[in-house]
Amino acid sequence: MTTRQTLLDKLWSSHEITRRADGVSLLWVDRHLVHEGSHHAFAKLAERGLSVAEPSLTLAVADHYVPVRDRASGGASAQIRDMISRLTRNADAHGIELLGLDDPRQGIVHVVGPELGLTLPGLLINCGDSHTSTHGAFGALAFGIGATEVAHVLATQTIWQKKPPVMRLTFTGRLGPGVSAKDLALNWIAKLGADGARGHALEYTGSLIDGLSMDARMTLCNLSIEGGARFGMIAPDATTLNYIRGRAYAPQGCALDRAEEAWAKLHSDADAGFAREVTIDASEIVPIVTWGTRPDQAAPVTAAVPDDAPEALEYMGLRAGQPIAGTPVDQVFIGSCTNARIEDLRAAAAVLAGRRAQVPGLVAPGSMEVKRQAEQEGLDLIFIAAGLDWVSAGCSMCVGMNGDLVAPGKRCASTTNRNFRGRQGPGARTHLMSPAMVAAAAITGKITDVRPMLAGREVA
Amino acid sequence: MTGWTTHTGRAVSLPIDGIDTDQIIPARFMSQPRSKGYGHFLLHDLRDDSDFPLNNPAAKGASILVSGRNFGSGSSREAAVYALVDAGFRAVIAPSFGDIFSSNAVNNGLAPVQLAEEEVNALHRALSNRAMSVSLDIQKGRLTLGEIEFGFHLDPVWTQKLVEGWDDIDLTRAWASKIAAFRSADRAGRDWAWPKRQAKDTAH
Ligand code: SF4
Repeated sequence: MTTRQTLLDKLWSSHEITRRADGVSLLWVDRHLVHEGSHHAFAKLAERGLSVAEPSLTLAVADHYVPVRDRASGGASAQIRDMISRLTRNADAHGIELLGLDDPRQGIVHVVGPELGLTLPGLLINCGDSHTSTHGAFGALAFGIGATEVAHVLATQTIWQKKPPVMRLTFTGRLGPGVSAKDLALNWIAKLGADGARGHALEYTGSLIDGLSMDARMTLCNLSIEGGARFGMIAPDATTLNYIRGRAYAPQGCALDRAEEAWAKLHSDADAGFAREVTIDASEIVPIVTWGTRPDQAAPVTAAVPDDAPEALEYMGLRAGQPIAGTPVDQVFIGSCTNARIEDLRAAAAVLAGRRAQVPGLVAPGSMEVKRQAEQEGLDLIFIAAGLDWVSAGCSMCVGMNGDLVAPGKRCASTTNRNFRGRQGPGARTHLMSPAMVAAAAITGKITDVRPMLAGREVA
Repeated sequence: MTGWTTHTGRAVSLPIDGIDTDQIIPARFMSQPRSKGYGHFLLHDLRDDSDFPLNNPAAKGASILVSGRNFGSGSSREAAVYALVDAGFRAVIAPSFGDIFSSNAVNNGLAPVQLAEEEVNALHRALSNRAMSVSLDIQKGRLTLGEIEFGFHLDPVWTQKLVEGWDDIDLTRAWASKIAAFRSADRAGRDWAWPKRQAKDTAH
């Protein structure tokens, strides 16, 4: 047997059907997640008269366009309702299970896959959405694909892909109070740049990663793509297994035993070589906020706005040299596949409890399951008492496709993943930060270091 | 899709780094069926500015876009490629590309041509305030603009797909029996990887 394999080597070889002379591999796809945006791919199949190769390995989820308020209406506009019904028609026509608007398991596809136990270590997972890297938190090979590739996976259950070199990102030290996986992610992206990990698969390791919950690992892997990596991976361990056991679609009994035996091998061998190695001591990291229009344009909340991107600053309405903290915000958004799992909501609620928000805001849980859990814990009451809107699950203001937009020129403190121009609406100004930091911005009406606000509070 | 090997067309310079997919096509347009054409959504929110290079009358009918670093970074939305293709573009030239964008481009007959930063800058200088004709030969990997001639490397499979007008499904057909063999071995050896379908809950 070959030794010295990386986690990526192991995942790759267990899915490789063939490799062309040019080094591009044909890989077997274990899970294919589709959403409303996949309509182009279904249209392509229809055009060619093809059927879906493996409907039972495919799951359809309504998330990108779904209304998060007033579900009974089915959507804000005829166009949105049409997007959702198109997904329903396509799922029905091909025998694909659908988590539609009224399904109690509905939610953002990257939140729902893990929740249902469909996301497992050792799997190859594709979805027509770049944040598919989220599932890599389980030691899966998970990556986003375009519509033509979605059609390809639907038709063949395979994907062509060139194996990338691996970059190992080791986190040591400990996170300070009020500092979260979001800050870790924005920190390394700011350090290495938005294309800092371009062309690489990222494997996260280190003592700090070992201590992170699955929710936090998912946040970290989710943001891998914002640093240019297409895959983010964490080797499965006891935390992973504890999360998976007992979930609806997870293997059980003897199958689970065999699975766990296979998963125990899913780690980079001690002497495996990496194309790049970066180590970051997390003890120094403080809460981070983006000030520009790319996720790497981020700085500690204690810093001043830098002067190296005048166009971004003009768009954002900021002056170089002004302190980041104190910038007034018009609204807040807590949601998205990056930061709308239960721990994210707990972190925001810990800051908001007993306080009033000065600005309006929306809290959209990542899934209806997260919503139920939050309501069981009474977090909904905290958000509502603070004056924020507590709504149903969906992508919502992360991308605005369902009509939840930030108005032109308005500034939004957001737990999402992209601060691109226009992402949350034409002219919208987005500041990415952690759920706790968004909660702090809600209470003070401006970008604020959350740490002093945590004094004497129980932090999740 | 019809393939192509050589193309000569008007090139337009958009010397901006990091034109991401949200700028190429804002998400709010993506629910439109493609049959209506996506060309008029291209770079929609940047076009309000009358000085924007693509609003220049000389850019009308351009089929080659020269841009900056990290073109097409961001989301996997293939609609970004549709917007370019439907607006008449056949190639984008930049020092680097978002990688999902590149593979989406090739699947739709749009060539992502990567040149060194100095070379791209030379093109921007040559094209500043005017549109000139650029010739591309994707098989030879050659770009010419007047006196300027640059070589580029395109992945051989990408070249084949562009030349034949193929997408991946066409390419994969040849491997059907290998895929079937892999599938049955996988079902036997990794049974845990195949989800047990629950009986559909009749309660909802
Ligand atoms: S929440 Fe945002 S990033 Fe995540 S899947 Fe939805 S639109 Fe994409």
